[in-house]
Amino acid sequence: MYFQAPPPDTSSYMIGGYTIFAVVMAVYLVSLFLRWRNLKQELSLLEEMEENKQ
Amino acid sequence: MKSKPRFLTILDIASVLLLAVSAYLALIYAPEEAVMGQVQRVFYFHVATAWVGMLGFIAAGVAGIAFLRTADLKWDIIGIAAVEISLVFFLIAIILGSIWARPVWNTWWTWDPRLTTAAITELIYVAYFMLRQGIEDPDRRARFGAVYTLVGAVSVPITFMAIRLFRTIHPVVIGSQSAQAQGGFNMDSGMKVAFFFALFAFTVIFVDLFWNRIRLGNLAQKVEQLKLKIMS
Repeated sequence: MYFQAPPPDTSSYMIGGYTIFAVVMAVYLVSLFLRWRNLKQELSLLEEMEENKQ
Repeated sequence: MKSKPRFLTILDIASVLLLAVSAYLALIYAPEEAVMGQVQRVFYFHVATAWVGMLGFIAAGVAGIAFLRTADLKWDIIGIAAVEISLVFFLIAIILGSIWARPVWNTWWTWDPRLTTAAITELIYVAYFMLRQGIEDPDRRARFGAVYTLVGAVSVPITFMAIRLFRTIHPVVIGSQSAQAQGGFNMDSGMKVAFFFALFAFTVIFVDLFWNRIRLGNLAQKVEQLKLKIMS
């Protein structure tokens, strides 16, 4: 009878890989959100300044 | 700035759902590979992120051609959006590949043709942002960016073909395997489902992020124009 050896335990690498994926994606999404929010604030400030100028 | 289009909101939600389903298929549904074990599961996201990374670099090259033909700054915004998103995805692909390589090749990194060309491609586009910073005039910056992304796009087919043209230890999962390849495997039906679904899911996620990033670029341009108007 033929017995195949079980695969090596490489689960820590898999967990590490998916954790890094989640962290990099989260950092990028937060950076997109923060840039959007800052630009919106800047835009409303500039619009206010333009109104005052006129 | 126009309010967020309804279709983009739907695309945001669809992207989150597709990512969740793709993670389920990769981590639970697909069977464990008999030789490499659990680490093989990073392959699904590794290939999918590399695919959208290359897609974005090509899209940036196309946007570069469009800018050179029309001189319309909207193509510069589209090009920046494509490069930025692709840099993130390609970085993830390189990191996941390195993590996969550690138990399979017994090293985090080796100067194999595929790994080398991928690293060069990533660095080419990191340099794109650094060099743009040095040009103040928006039109000159856009023209430089267009030519750069057009030339940079050449690195994409070179990276893609590296494992098919050169002696390499990087496996070719689809197509003929190199005799020197280490860590290659045949996909069963469950693996194929996870693999092709990940390709589809990441393509949708890329489109969603691309659209959102273009809107961010448009907003930044509007702020810049208003600043100039107030200062004049």
